[in-house]
Amino acid sequence: MQPVEQRDEVEMLSLMLLIRRFEERASQQYQAQKIGGFCHLYIGQEAVVTGAIAAVRDDDYIITAYRDHAHALARGTTTDACMAELFGKETGCSRGLGGSMHFFDRKNHMYGGHAIVAAHVPLAVGMAFAIKYRGEDRVTLCFFGDGAINQGAFHEALNLAALYKLPIVFICENNLFAMGTSVKRSTSLRQIVDRAEGYDIPGEIIDGMNFREVRDKVAEIVDSIRKEPHPAFLEMRTYRYRGHSMSDPASYRTKQELEKYRLDDPITRLRAQLTREGKLTNEQFDLLDKRAKETVLASVKFAEKSPQPPLDTLYDFTYADGAMEPGRPRPGEPAQERREGAPSPGTNSR
Amino acid sequence: MREITYRQALNEALAEELERDPNVFLMGEEVAEYQGAYKVSHGLLQRFGPRRIIDTPISENGFAGLGVGAAMVGLRPIIEFMTFSFSLVAFDQVVNNAPNMYTMSGGQFNIPITFRGPNGPAHQLGATHSHATENFYASVPGLKVCTPATPRDAKGLLKTAVRDDNPVLVLEAELLYSSKGMVEPPDEELLIPLGKAEVKREGSDVSIICYAQTVPLALQVAAQLEEEDISAEILDLRSIKPLDEKAIFDSVTKTHRVVIVEQDHPFCGVGAEVCYRIQKNIFDALDAPIFRVSQEDVPMPYNERLEKAVLPNADKLIAAVKQVCYT
Ligand SMILES: Cc1ncc(C[n+]2csc(CCOP(=O)(O)OP(=O)(O)O)c2C)c(N)n1
Repeated sequence: MQPVEQRDEVEMLSLMLLIRRFEERASQQYQAQKIGGFCHLYIGQEAVVTGAIAAVRDDDYIITAYRDHAHALARGTTTDACMAELFGKETGCSRGLGGSMHFFDRKNHMYGGHAIVAAHVPLAVGMAFAIKYRGEDRVTLCFFGDGAINQGAFHEALNLAALYKLPIVFICENNLFAMGTSVKRSTSLRQIVDRAEGYDIPGEIIDGMNFREVRDKVAEIVDSIRKEPHPAFLEMRTYRYRGHSMSDPASYRTKQELEKYRLDDPITRLRAQLTREGKLTNEQFDLLDKRAKETVLASVKFAEKSPQPPLDTLYDFTYADGAMEPGRPRPGEPAQERREGAPSPGTNSR
Repeated sequence: MREITYRQALNEALAEELERDPNVFLMGEEVAEYQGAYKVSHGLLQRFGPRRIIDTPISENGFAGLGVGAAMVGLRPIIEFMTFSFSLVAFDQVVNNAPNMYTMSGGQFNIPITFRGPNGPAHQLGATHSHATENFYASVPGLKVCTPATPRDAKGLLKTAVRDDNPVLVLEAELLYSSKGMVEPPDEELLIPLGKAEVKREGSDVSIICYAQTVPLALQVAAQLEEEDISAEILDLRSIKPLDEKAIFDSVTKTHRVVIVEQDHPFCGVGAEVCYRIQKNIFDALDAPIFRVSQEDVPMPYNERLEKAVLPNADKLIAAVKQVCYT
């Protein structure tokens, strides 16, 4: 991707479309049982990650929670690698070992995909620590939901970031609900951004349905962090259109509420802005959308025909010093325990 | 007796104990308005109100600790973890505060608390969401750990846990929530003591020692083995701690051969403890080495085929039984 200033808005709109079409297709493939486990869709929140990514460099660090497909796509992970991961295939961005909630892409500086609520917030602080330690001018963007702000890990991490003046932007994607619990029922504050004040971290509320506002704010803050490292906190007001995960009917909120946000759709909004300014025609938009759909459809084909991770690689990714050869004693299993005639490794009977 | 699901059985146990003792309350994520992430607490908010059925923010360390503190001053909390994988966020409270308090205070503060929720791998949830925690917790002095496999055991053990004066972990089997079984009618008090195993099927050739999600597996395997003229006795531990040594020794003295099938990892797993006790106490009763079938010693992969390869299954269990039977 290009550097910040020239990053084209039409290109960013097409990224938002790609994310949306990817998620719709993922939903369909989940229902067709091609995808297992838990699957959380990002539909409705596209402007947050797209706006934020548009404001940073390709070598900045990105980390998020389990609603992570969009963050990987925005970072440049291919639709093929993302869809293949959902299918549990070896060509997936985490080799089919992580699944929907654990997308990783080292090359593109996407550091996960973390499924324990708020557990990644201290990791983000650690990454920011490393940036400062090495004297670099990178920035860490740490995304998390409104549900994460009541975990101890979150609070400890914010204090550490403030104390050590680390280059990190905490981006709270406030979609009003953590599963079935509304922010009003989970948080004693009037507004989430006030959490930052308690740690002397500058914070702001941003309209997370407005791509331009997100991008400009993140750009401004990142600029100031690069000059002089410090943490910042952004509360993005947004909304998820779907249930919490594929198995949640979302009966805790009203149709009217959902409709209200749909009318404020981030894609429709950026499209309207660009059209008004004469930068995009309807035909161009349709073409972008068609391309997004085709790319996503191709990723399904790619995922389908990709191979499964081979069974004999089961032990290859437990320790970093490489594969444990079959027959060699493994860390969980003392060598002398294997008797003549005992079942071979992989059957795990002893 | 009537047939109900494991989920309903737990629900009845909760309702009965809430009804019986005003000091009992249920707290956890999504337990009240959402009716439980797995619907175990369905209807309890409507029946007992928000004072006793309490939704929390995502703050496991906080509300587990809240439970321990409330127990210090006389309440009897039931703390639900949405899954025991998330109990790891509260490890300090469950492992350091709850079980140590009685000793540290010289017997002044016992902690009558129940920690409960689904435990063990489900389907393709990946490494962070697939923990079988029984061996972590059973290794801690001061904690009791039970692992019901049937609706009847789920109900009876949960009720006993709530009445116990110590911290008790009820590790429910996520994959068994919808399974059905016969349970006494609600007007009959059903209490199943902690530390009592149960023979789920009699047999004479080999003892298969199991618990939680491995019980239905062992029963299925026993039926298959019968066709090959191997008579397997299925011993469901039900409690990991206290451990029912007598039931284990009785069964092994009868069959002389043992396979332990567990849902945790092999290294320092539950089976290692069971195995140690058998060989130490009734070594002469054994006609073959004891075999264990457990998860593979790897973090859980998401891929379905690899996940299946990690988990205990019928093929692995049958192979182990044949090994110890020398067939
Ligand atoms: C420590 C922990 N507790 C509970 C859960 C179960 N859980 C998964 S997502 C979620 C809600 C989180 O909501 P939020 O942080 O607002 O993010 P969103 O889903 O809105 O993106 C819960 C309770 C978990 N994954 N980790």
